[in-house]
Amino acid sequence: MSTTTEKLLAVTGNQAVAMAMKQLDPDVVAAYPITPQTDVVQTFSQYVADGVVKAEFVTVESEHSAMSACIGSAAAGARTMTATSSAGFALMWEVVYVAASLRLPIIMTTVNRALSGPINIHCDHSDSMGGRDSGWIQIYNEDAQEAYDATVMSFPIAEHADVRLPLMNMYDGFIISGAIGPLRPLSDETVKAFAGEQPVVRTLLKPDEPITVGPFDGLHGWYFEHKIAQNRAMEAALPIIQDTYDRFAEVSGRQYHHLMQYDMEDADVAIVVIGSAAGTARTVIKTLRDEGIKAGLIKIRTFRPFPTEEMARALSGVKAVAVLDRADSFGAQGGPLYLEVLAALYQKGVHTKTVNCIYGLGGRDLYPRNIEDVYRMLADAANGGDLPHSRVYLNMKGE
Amino acid sequence: MKWDISDIKDWGPGRHEPGAVIPEAGNAIAYKTGGWRTNRPVRDDEKCTQCLFCFFFCPDASVLLADGKVADFDLDHCKGCAICATECPVDAITMHPESEFRRKAE
Repeated sequence: MSTTTEKLLAVTGNQAVAMAMKQLDPDVVAAYPITPQTDVVQTFSQYVADGVVKAEFVTVESEHSAMSACIGSAAAGARTMTATSSAGFALMWEVVYVAASLRLPIIMTTVNRALSGPINIHCDHSDSMGGRDSGWIQIYNEDAQEAYDATVMSFPIAEHADVRLPLMNMYDGFIISGAIGPLRPLSDETVKAFAGEQPVVRTLLKPDEPITVGPFDGLHGWYFEHKIAQNRAMEAALPIIQDTYDRFAEVSGRQYHHLMQYDMEDADVAIVVIGSAAGTARTVIKTLRDEGIKAGLIKIRTFRPFPTEEMARALSGVKAVAVLDRADSFGAQGGPLYLEVLAALYQKGVHTKTVNCIYGLGGRDLYPRNIEDVYRMLADAANGGDLPHSRVYLNMKGE
Repeated sequence: MKWDISDIKDWGPGRHEPGAVIPEAGNAIAYKTGGWRTNRPVRDDEKCTQCLFCFFFCPDASVLLADGKVADFDLDHCKGCAICATECPVDAITMHPESEFRRKAE
Protein backbone atom coordinates (compact mmCIF):
# COMPACT_ATOMS: atom_id res chain seq x y z
CA MET A 1 0.00 0.00 0.00
CA SER A 2 1.43 3.34 -1.00
CA THR A 3 0.71 6.02 1.55
CA THR A 4 2.47 8.83 -0.25
CA THR A 5 0.47 11.02 -2.55
CA GLU A 6 1.19 10.33 -6.20
CA LYS A 7 2.24 13.89 -6.87
CA LEU A 8 5.82 15.05 -6.90
CA LEU A 9 5.69 18.73 -5.99
CA ALA A 10 8.15 21.54 -6.63
CA VAL A 11 8.21 23.65 -3.48
CA THR A 12 10.57 25.70 -1.35
CA GLY A 13 11.81 24.31 1.97
CA ASN A 14 9.60 26.74 3.82
CA GLN A 15 6.52 25.71 1.84
CA ALA A 16 7.31 22.07 2.54
CA VAL A 17 7.41 22.69 6.28
CA ALA A 18 4.27 24.84 6.21
CA MET A 19 2.55 21.98 4.40
CA ALA A 20 3.63 19.51 7.09
CA MET A 21 2.35 21.92 9.75
CA LYS A 22 -0.98 22.14 7.91
CA GLN A 23 -1.28 18.37 7.84
CA LEU A 24 -0.33 18.08 11.53
CA ASP A 25 -2.76 20.91 12.39
CA PRO A 26 -1.39 21.57 15.90
CA ASP A 27 -3.58 23.30 18.50
CA VAL A 28 -1.45 26.44 18.70
CA VAL A 29 1.18 28.21 16.63
CA ALA A 30 2.72 31.32 18.17
CA ALA A 31 5.38 32.92 16.01
CA TYR A 32 7.06 36.10 14.88
CA PRO A 33 8.33 36.52 11.34
CA ILE A 34 12.05 36.77 10.54
CA THR A 35 14.03 36.22 7.35
CA PRO A 36 14.49 33.51 6.09
CA GLN A 37 11.82 31.75 8.16
CA THR A 38 9.01 34.22 7.37
CA ASP A 39 6.99 32.31 4.81
CA VAL A 40 6.73 29.24 7.06
CA VAL A 41 4.51 31.14 9.48
CA GLN A 42 3.10 33.46 6.83
CA THR A 43 1.88 30.47 4.82
CA PHE A 44 0.57 28.79 7.95
CA SER A 45 -1.28 31.93 9.06
CA GLN A 46 -2.92 31.96 5.63
CA TYR A 47 -4.13 28.40 6.27
CA VAL A 48 -5.59 29.65 9.56
CA ALA A 49 -7.24 32.64 7.87
CA ASP A 50 -8.68 30.39 5.15
CA GLY A 51 -10.07 27.98 7.71
CA VAL A 52 -8.02 25.10 6.28
CA VAL A 53 -6.68 24.32 9.78
CA LYS A 54 -8.25 24.56 13.20
CA ALA A 55 -5.08 25.81 14.91
CA GLU A 56 -5.02 28.97 16.99
CA PHE A 57 -2.45 31.36 15.52
CA VAL A 58 -1.05 33.75 18.12
CA THR A 59 0.61 36.85 16.73
CA VAL A 60 3.16 38.24 19.14
CA GLU A 61 5.45 41.27 19.39
CA SER A 62 8.75 39.41 19.57
CA GLU A 63 10.35 35.97 19.55
CA HIS A 64 10.74 36.10 23.32
CA SER A 65 6.96 36.43 23.47
CA ALA A 66 6.49 33.76 20.80
CA MET A 67 8.36 31.17 22.84
CA SER A 68 6.70 32.37 26.05
CA ALA A 69 3.28 31.91 24.45
CA CYS A 70 4.37 28.47 23.25
CA ILE A 71 5.39 27.53 26.79
CA GLY A 72 2.02 28.59 28.20
CA SER A 73 0.24 26.78 25.43
CA ALA A 74 2.20 23.55 25.81
CA ALA A 75 1.89 23.65 29.60
CA ALA A 76 -1.85 23.92 29.10
CA GLY A 77 -1.71 20.69 27.12
CA ALA A 78 -1.95 22.04 23.59
CA ARG A 79 0.17 20.70 20.75
CA THR A 80 2.34 23.69 19.96
CA MET A 81 4.64 24.71 17.10
CA THR A 82 6.66 27.75 16.16
CA ALA A 83 9.44 28.79 13.81
CA THR A 84 12.34 31.21 13.88
CA SER A 85 15.79 32.10 12.57
CA SER A 86 18.99 33.81 13.65
CA ALA A 87 18.41 36.91 15.77
CA GLY A 88 14.89 35.73 16.52
CA PHE A 89 16.26 32.57 18.06
CA ALA A 90 18.80 34.65 19.96
CA LEU A 91 16.02 36.85 21.33
CA MET A 92 14.18 33.73 22.53
CA TRP A 93 17.24 32.57 24.42
CA GLU A 94 16.00 32.82 28.00
CA VAL A 95 12.75 31.01 27.36
CA VAL A 96 14.27 28.42 25.04
CA TYR A 97 15.89 27.00 28.18
CA VAL A 98 12.62 27.29 30.11
CA ALA A 99 10.78 25.24 27.46
CA ALA A 100 13.33 22.46 27.83
CA SER A 101 13.51 22.53 31.61
CA LEU A 102 9.71 22.44 31.90
CA ARG A 103 9.89 19.38 29.63
CA LEU A 104 7.39 20.75 27.12
CA PRO A 105 7.32 19.02 23.71
CA ILE A 106 7.21 22.20 21.62
CA ILE A 107 8.24 21.79 17.98
CA MET A 108 10.24 24.61 16.43
CA THR A 109 11.53 25.03 12.91
CA THR A 110 14.79 26.95 12.99
CA VAL A 111 15.79 28.06 9.52
CA ASN A 112 19.54 28.52 9.82
CA ARG A 113 20.85 32.05 9.36
CA ALA A 114 23.96 33.86 10.52
CA LEU A 115 24.03 35.94 13.68
CA SER A 116 25.14 39.58 13.53
CA GLY A 117 27.44 41.23 12.92
CA PRO A 118 28.12 42.52 10.39
CA ILE A 119 24.38 42.20 9.83
CA ASN A 120 23.89 39.27 7.50
CA ILE A 121 20.70 37.47 6.54
CA HIS A 122 22.29 34.48 4.82
CA CYS A 123 22.86 30.93 5.90
CA ASP A 124 25.16 29.59 8.51
CA HIS A 125 24.58 27.47 11.59
CA SER A 126 25.66 29.87 14.32
CA ASP A 127 22.07 30.43 15.49
CA SER A 128 21.03 26.86 16.27
CA MET A 129 24.57 25.75 17.17
CA GLY A 130 24.50 28.41 19.87
CA GLY A 131 21.45 26.63 21.26
CA ARG A 132 23.00 23.18 21.25
CA ASP A 133 23.24 23.09 25.05
CA SER A 134 19.73 24.40 25.67
CA GLY A 135 18.16 20.98 26.19
CA TRP A 136 16.31 20.82 22.87
CA ILE A 137 16.54 17.85 20.57
CA GLN A 138 18.19 19.05 17.35
CA ILE A 139 17.60 17.47 13.95
CA TYR A 140 19.42 18.94 10.93
CA ASN A 141 17.95 18.47 7.48
CA GLU A 142 19.61 18.54 4.08
CA ASP A 143 16.71 19.50 1.83
CA ALA A 144 12.98 20.26 1.65
CA GLN A 145 12.01 16.59 1.72
CA GLU A 146 14.03 15.94 4.86
CA ALA A 147 12.66 19.07 6.53
CA TYR A 148 9.11 17.97 5.71
CA ASP A 149 9.72 14.43 6.92
CA ALA A 150 11.40 15.62 10.13
CA THR A 151 8.43 17.88 10.89
CA VAL A 152 6.04 14.96 10.48
CA MET A 153 8.20 12.84 12.80
CA SER A 154 8.57 15.50 15.51
CA PHE A 155 5.65 15.04 17.89
CA PRO A 156 6.03 11.26 18.44
CA ILE A 157 9.68 11.86 19.43
CA ALA A 158 9.16 14.93 21.60
CA GLU A 159 6.03 13.64 23.34
CA HIS A 160 7.36 10.15 24.08
CA ALA A 161 6.90 9.39 27.78
CA ASP A 162 10.63 8.77 28.26
CA VAL A 163 11.62 11.95 26.40
CA ARG A 164 9.24 14.90 26.83
CA LEU A 165 11.64 17.45 25.43
CA PRO A 166 11.19 20.25 22.92
CA LEU A 167 12.54 19.56 19.45
CA MET A 168 13.92 21.84 16.78
CA ASN A 169 14.28 21.08 13.11
CA MET A 170 16.88 22.93 11.09
CA TYR A 171 17.53 23.51 7.43
CA ASP A 172 19.69 25.97 5.58
CA GLY A 173 18.34 29.47 5.09
CA PHE A 174 17.78 30.49 1.45
CA ILE A 175 19.70 27.49 0.06
CA ILE A 176 16.83 25.24 1.18
CA SER A 177 14.25 27.59 2.69
CA GLY A 178 13.87 29.70 -0.43
CA ALA A 179 15.05 27.47 -3.26
CA ILE A 180 12.56 25.22 -5.01
CA GLY A 181 13.19 21.51 -4.76
CA PRO A 182 11.30 18.25 -5.10
CA LEU A 183 8.87 17.12 -2.42
CA ARG A 184 6.87 13.93 -2.24
CA PRO A 185 4.41 14.61 0.55
CA LEU A 186 2.46 12.02 2.49
CA SER A 187 -1.31 11.98 2.49
CA ASP A 188 -3.10 13.94 5.21
CA GLU A 189 -4.34 10.69 6.75
CA THR A 190 -0.84 9.21 6.86
CA VAL A 191 0.58 12.30 8.56
CA LYS A 192 -2.24 12.43 11.11
CA ALA A 193 -1.96 8.73 11.85
CA PHE A 194 1.81 8.95 12.24
CA ALA A 195 1.61 11.91 14.61
CA GLY A 196 -1.16 10.13 16.53
CA GLU A 197 -2.85 11.60 19.56
CA GLN A 198 -0.94 13.54 22.17
CA PRO A 199 -0.31 11.33 25.21
CA VAL A 200 -2.12 12.37 28.36
CA VAL A 201 0.14 14.12 30.87
CA ARG A 202 -0.37 16.58 33.69
CA THR A 203 -1.44 19.92 32.27
CA LEU A 204 -2.69 23.25 33.53
CA LEU A 205 -6.13 22.82 31.99
CA LYS A 206 -7.35 20.02 34.24
CA PRO A 207 -9.28 21.76 37.04
CA ASP A 208 -9.76 18.50 38.92
CA GLU A 209 -6.02 17.85 39.06
CA PRO A 210 -4.44 21.25 39.71
CA ILE A 211 -0.67 21.50 39.36
CA THR A 212 2.02 24.13 39.80
CA VAL A 213 4.28 24.76 36.79
CA GLY A 214 7.55 26.69 36.95
CA PRO A 215 8.05 26.87 40.72
CA PHE A 216 11.01 28.57 42.41
CA ASP A 217 13.61 25.96 43.28
CA GLY A 218 14.56 27.63 46.55
CA LEU A 219 18.05 28.15 47.89
CA HIS A 220 18.84 24.52 48.65
CA GLY A 221 16.60 22.81 46.12
CA TRP A 222 16.82 20.21 43.39
CA TYR A 223 17.90 22.22 40.35
CA PHE A 224 20.92 19.92 40.00
CA GLU A 225 18.76 16.77 39.99
CA HIS A 226 16.38 18.29 37.43
CA LYS A 227 19.32 19.03 35.11
CA ILE A 228 20.45 15.42 35.43
CA ALA A 229 16.92 14.26 34.63
CA GLN A 230 16.98 16.43 31.48
CA ASN A 231 20.18 14.83 30.31
CA ARG A 232 18.82 11.35 31.01
CA ALA A 233 15.82 12.22 28.84
CA MET A 234 18.25 13.25 26.09
CA GLU A 235 20.06 9.92 26.38
CA ALA A 236 16.74 8.08 26.28
CA ALA A 237 15.77 10.04 23.17
CA LEU A 238 18.56 8.64 20.97
CA PRO A 239 17.06 5.13 20.42
CA ILE A 240 13.53 6.57 20.39
CA ILE A 241 14.50 8.90 17.55
CA GLN A 242 15.88 5.95 15.58
CA ASP A 243 12.71 3.93 16.27
CA THR A 244 10.69 6.84 14.95
CA TYR A 245 12.92 7.06 11.84
CA ASP A 246 12.31 3.31 11.32
CA ARG A 247 8.53 3.57 11.76
CA PHE A 248 8.54 6.50 9.35
CA ALA A 249 10.34 4.40 6.75
CA GLU A 250 7.44 1.94 6.83
CA VAL A 251 4.92 4.60 5.79
CA SER A 252 7.13 6.72 3.53
CA GLY A 253 9.75 4.40 2.08
CA ARG A 254 12.38 6.90 3.23
CA GLN A 255 14.82 5.50 5.79
CA TYR A 256 16.70 7.92 8.03
CA HIS A 257 19.52 7.38 10.51
CA HIS A 258 21.23 9.61 13.05
CA LEU A 259 24.14 9.57 10.63
CA MET A 260 23.54 9.19 6.92
CA GLN A 261 26.54 7.47 5.40
CA TYR A 262 27.54 7.59 1.74
CA ASP A 263 30.29 5.38 0.30
CA MET A 264 31.66 4.76 3.78
CA GLU A 265 31.99 0.95 3.46
CA ASP A 266 35.54 1.11 2.06
CA ALA A 267 36.36 4.79 2.61
CA ASP A 268 39.96 5.82 3.33
CA VAL A 269 39.03 9.47 3.73
CA ALA A 270 35.78 11.01 4.89
CA ILE A 271 34.02 14.30 5.33
CA VAL A 272 31.57 14.87 8.18
CA VAL A 273 29.06 17.59 7.48
CA ILE A 274 25.61 18.93 8.40
CA GLY A 275 22.88 20.36 6.19
CA SER A 276 22.72 21.20 2.50
CA ALA A 277 26.49 21.01 1.97
CA ALA A 278 26.10 17.23 2.10
CA GLY A 279 24.42 17.37 -1.30
CA THR A 280 27.34 19.26 -2.78
CA ALA A 281 29.81 16.82 -1.23
CA ARG A 282 27.99 13.79 -2.66
CA THR A 283 28.37 15.14 -6.19
CA VAL A 284 32.14 15.34 -5.68
CA ILE A 285 32.63 11.80 -4.42
CA LYS A 286 32.15 10.15 -7.79
CA THR A 287 34.84 12.29 -9.42
CA LEU A 288 37.30 11.39 -6.69
CA ARG A 289 36.42 7.71 -6.74
CA ASP A 290 37.07 7.70 -10.50
CA GLU A 291 40.55 9.01 -9.67
CA GLY A 292 41.09 6.22 -7.15
CA ILE A 293 40.53 8.25 -3.97
CA LYS A 294 38.26 6.21 -1.70
CA ALA A 295 36.13 9.09 -0.49
CA GLY A 296 33.15 8.77 1.86
CA LEU A 297 30.69 11.12 3.49
CA ILE A 298 28.83 11.25 6.79
CA LYS A 299 25.91 13.61 7.12
CA ILE A 300 24.72 14.23 10.67
CA ARG A 301 20.95 14.42 11.11
CA THR A 302 20.64 13.91 14.85
CA PHE A 303 22.97 16.36 16.58
CA ARG A 304 21.28 16.52 20.01
CA PRO A 305 21.41 13.95 21.44
CA PHE A 306 24.75 13.25 19.76
CA PRO A 307 25.17 9.72 18.33
CA THR A 308 28.63 9.17 19.82
CA GLU A 309 28.94 5.43 19.26
CA GLU A 310 27.60 5.54 15.71
CA MET A 311 30.07 8.29 14.86
CA ALA A 312 33.07 6.45 16.28
CA ARG A 313 32.01 3.24 14.53
CA ALA A 314 31.48 4.98 11.20
CA LEU A 315 34.95 6.54 11.32
CA SER A 316 36.83 3.56 12.79
CA GLY A 317 38.36 2.38 9.51
CA VAL A 318 39.04 5.80 8.06
CA LYS A 319 42.58 7.16 7.74
CA ALA A 320 41.81 10.88 7.59
CA VAL A 321 38.68 12.86 8.41
CA ALA A 322 37.66 16.45 7.74
CA VAL A 323 34.82 17.87 9.83
CA LEU A 324 33.08 20.76 8.10
CA ASP A 325 31.57 23.38 10.40
CA ARG A 326 29.21 26.09 9.18
CA ALA A 327 29.60 27.90 12.52
CA ASP A 328 32.69 28.78 14.48
CA SER A 329 33.25 28.64 18.21
CA PHE A 330 35.59 31.55 18.76
CA GLY A 331 38.55 30.71 20.95
CA ALA A 332 37.65 27.04 21.10
CA GLN A 333 39.77 24.34 19.48
CA GLY A 334 37.39 24.15 16.53
CA GLY A 335 33.78 24.46 15.44
CA PRO A 336 31.03 22.75 17.45
CA LEU A 337 30.74 19.76 15.13
CA TYR A 338 34.50 19.19 15.09
CA LEU A 339 34.74 19.17 18.89
CA GLU A 340 31.86 16.73 19.10
CA VAL A 341 33.44 14.34 16.58
CA LEU A 342 36.86 14.57 18.23
CA ALA A 343 35.37 13.73 21.61
CA ALA A 344 33.54 10.73 20.15
CA LEU A 345 36.72 9.43 18.51
CA TYR A 346 38.82 9.86 21.66
CA GLN A 347 36.20 8.34 23.92
CA LYS A 348 35.89 5.24 21.76
CA GLY A 349 39.62 4.90 21.18
CA VAL A 350 39.49 5.56 17.44
CA HIS A 351 42.77 7.01 16.21
CA THR A 352 42.58 8.81 12.91
CA LYS A 353 43.92 12.04 11.48
CA THR A 354 41.43 14.91 11.73
CA VAL A 355 41.11 18.46 10.46
CA ASN A 356 38.46 21.12 10.98
CA CYS A 357 37.25 23.10 7.98
CA ILE A 358 35.11 26.19 8.46
CA TYR A 359 32.91 27.11 5.51
CA GLY A 360 29.83 29.01 4.49
CA LEU A 361 29.78 31.66 7.22
CA GLY A 362 27.24 34.35 6.39
CA GLY A 363 26.18 32.45 3.28
CA ARG A 364 29.62 32.17 1.65
CA ASP A 365 29.28 29.72 -1.22
CA LEU A 366 30.77 26.27 -0.95
CA TYR A 367 31.75 25.04 -4.40
CA PRO A 368 32.38 21.45 -5.43
CA ARG A 369 36.03 22.40 -6.02
CA ASN A 370 36.34 23.49 -2.37
CA ILE A 371 35.21 20.05 -1.25
CA GLU A 372 37.49 18.38 -3.79
CA ASP A 373 40.40 20.30 -2.26
CA VAL A 374 39.46 18.95 1.16
CA TYR A 375 39.32 15.36 -0.08
CA ARG A 376 42.70 15.74 -1.82
CA MET A 377 44.19 17.14 1.41
CA LEU A 378 42.80 14.11 3.24
CA ALA A 379 44.14 11.74 0.60
CA ASP A 380 47.65 13.19 1.10
CA ALA A 381 47.28 12.69 4.84
CA ALA A 382 46.08 9.12 4.33
CA ASN A 383 49.32 8.52 2.39
CA GLY A 384 51.45 9.74 5.28
CA GLY A 385 51.15 13.52 5.07
CA ASP A 386 50.14 15.82 7.89
CA LEU A 387 46.89 17.72 8.36
CA PRO A 388 46.83 21.33 9.63
CA HIS A 389 46.21 21.69 13.35
CA SER A 390 44.46 25.02 12.93
CA ARG A 391 41.20 25.67 11.14
CA VAL A 392 41.14 25.44 7.36
CA TYR A 393 38.82 28.07 5.87
CA LEU A 394 37.07 27.11 2.63
CA ASN A 395 36.56 29.74 -0.07
CA MET A 396 38.06 32.52 2.02
CA LYS A 397 38.88 35.78 0.21
CA GLY A 398 42.38 37.28 0.21
CA GLU A 399 45.09 35.02 1.65
CA MET B 1 -0.70 18.50 51.33
CA LYS B 2 -1.48 15.27 49.50
CA TRP B 3 1.92 15.17 47.81
CA ASP B 4 4.18 13.27 50.15
CA ILE B 5 7.56 14.97 50.17
CA SER B 6 8.56 13.93 53.69
CA ASP B 7 11.81 12.39 52.41
CA ILE B 8 12.42 14.80 49.52
CA LYS B 9 15.88 15.64 50.86
CA ASP B 10 16.93 12.18 49.67
CA TRP B 11 15.29 12.31 46.25
CA GLY B 12 17.53 11.67 43.24
CA PRO B 13 16.86 12.78 39.64
CA GLY B 14 14.45 9.90 38.99
CA ARG B 15 12.06 10.68 41.84
CA HIS B 16 11.09 14.21 40.80
CA GLU B 17 8.22 15.12 38.52
CA PRO B 18 9.51 15.93 35.00
CA GLY B 19 9.82 19.67 34.51
CA ALA B 20 9.73 20.31 38.29
CA VAL B 21 5.95 20.23 38.18
CA ILE B 22 4.32 20.22 41.62
CA PRO B 23 1.39 17.80 41.32
CA GLU B 24 -0.98 19.85 43.44
CA ALA B 25 -1.97 23.48 43.88
CA GLY B 26 -2.24 25.75 46.91
CA ASN B 27 1.12 24.73 48.30
CA ALA B 28 2.54 28.20 48.95
CA ILE B 29 1.20 27.94 52.50
CA ALA B 30 3.90 25.39 53.19
CA TYR B 31 6.59 27.92 52.30
CA LYS B 32 6.90 30.26 55.27
CA THR B 33 8.23 33.65 54.23
CA GLY B 34 7.69 35.47 57.56
CA GLY B 35 11.41 35.19 58.24
CA TRP B 36 12.13 37.65 55.42
CA ARG B 37 10.40 40.43 57.43
CA THR B 38 12.36 43.25 59.04
CA ASN B 39 9.33 45.46 59.92
CA ARG B 40 6.10 44.10 61.37
CA PRO B 41 2.66 45.67 60.76
CA VAL B 42 0.70 46.67 63.85
CA ARG B 43 -2.97 47.66 63.58
CA ASP B 44 -4.66 50.18 65.89
CA ASP B 45 -8.16 48.76 66.42
CA GLU B 46 -9.54 52.13 67.52
CA LYS B 47 -8.41 53.95 64.37
CA CYS B 48 -9.37 51.08 62.03
CA THR B 49 -12.63 51.65 60.12
CA GLN B 50 -12.73 48.08 58.73
CA CYS B 51 -12.55 49.35 55.14
CA LEU B 52 -10.59 46.17 54.25
CA PHE B 53 -8.13 48.03 51.99
CA CYS B 54 -5.28 46.20 53.70
CA PHE B 55 -6.97 42.86 53.05
CA PHE B 56 -7.41 43.59 49.35
CA PHE B 57 -3.96 45.10 48.82
CA CYS B 58 -1.88 42.52 50.70
CA PRO B 59 0.08 40.61 47.99
CA ASP B 60 0.66 37.64 50.30
CA ALA B 61 -2.89 37.12 51.60
CA SER B 62 -1.51 37.75 55.07
CA VAL B 63 -4.32 39.96 56.40
CA LEU B 64 -6.62 37.56 58.23
CA LEU B 65 -10.34 38.19 58.56
CA ALA B 66 -12.83 36.95 61.14
CA ASP B 67 -16.54 37.45 60.48
CA GLY B 68 -15.71 39.77 57.60
CA LYS B 69 -13.51 42.03 59.71
CA VAL B 70 -9.76 42.47 59.89
CA ALA B 71 -8.60 40.40 62.83
CA ASP B 72 -4.89 39.70 62.57
CA PHE B 73 -1.80 39.35 60.38
CA ASP B 74 -0.44 35.98 59.29
CA LEU B 75 3.09 36.50 60.54
CA ASP B 76 4.25 33.15 59.11
CA HIS B 77 3.86 34.62 55.64
CA CYS B 78 3.85 38.45 55.99
CA LYS B 79 7.13 39.72 54.45
CA GLY B 80 6.74 43.17 55.99
CA CYS B 81 6.36 44.98 52.67
CA ALA B 82 4.22 47.71 54.32
CA ILE B 83 1.74 47.99 51.47
CA CYS B 84 -1.04 47.66 54.07
CA ALA B 85 0.38 50.56 56.11
CA THR B 86 0.85 52.67 52.98
CA GLU B 87 -2.66 52.04 51.65
CA CYS B 88 -4.54 52.43 54.99
CA PRO B 89 -6.57 55.64 54.55
CA VAL B 90 -6.66 56.40 58.29
CA ASP B 91 -3.08 55.40 59.18
CA ALA B 92 -4.30 52.66 61.46
CA ILE B 93 -1.38 50.37 60.47
CA THR B 94 2.20 51.23 61.45
CA MET B 95 5.41 49.33 60.83
CA HIS B 96 7.73 48.42 63.70
CA PRO B 97 11.20 46.83 63.59
CA GLU B 98 11.17 43.15 64.48
CA SER B 99 13.89 43.89 67.05
CA GLU B 100 11.28 45.67 69.21
CA PHE B 101 9.25 42.48 69.47
CA ARG B 102 12.28 40.36 70.20
CA ARG B 103 13.25 42.75 73.04
CA LYS B 104 9.70 42.56 74.41
CA ALA B 105 9.80 38.78 74.28
CA GLU B 106 13.04 38.78 76.26
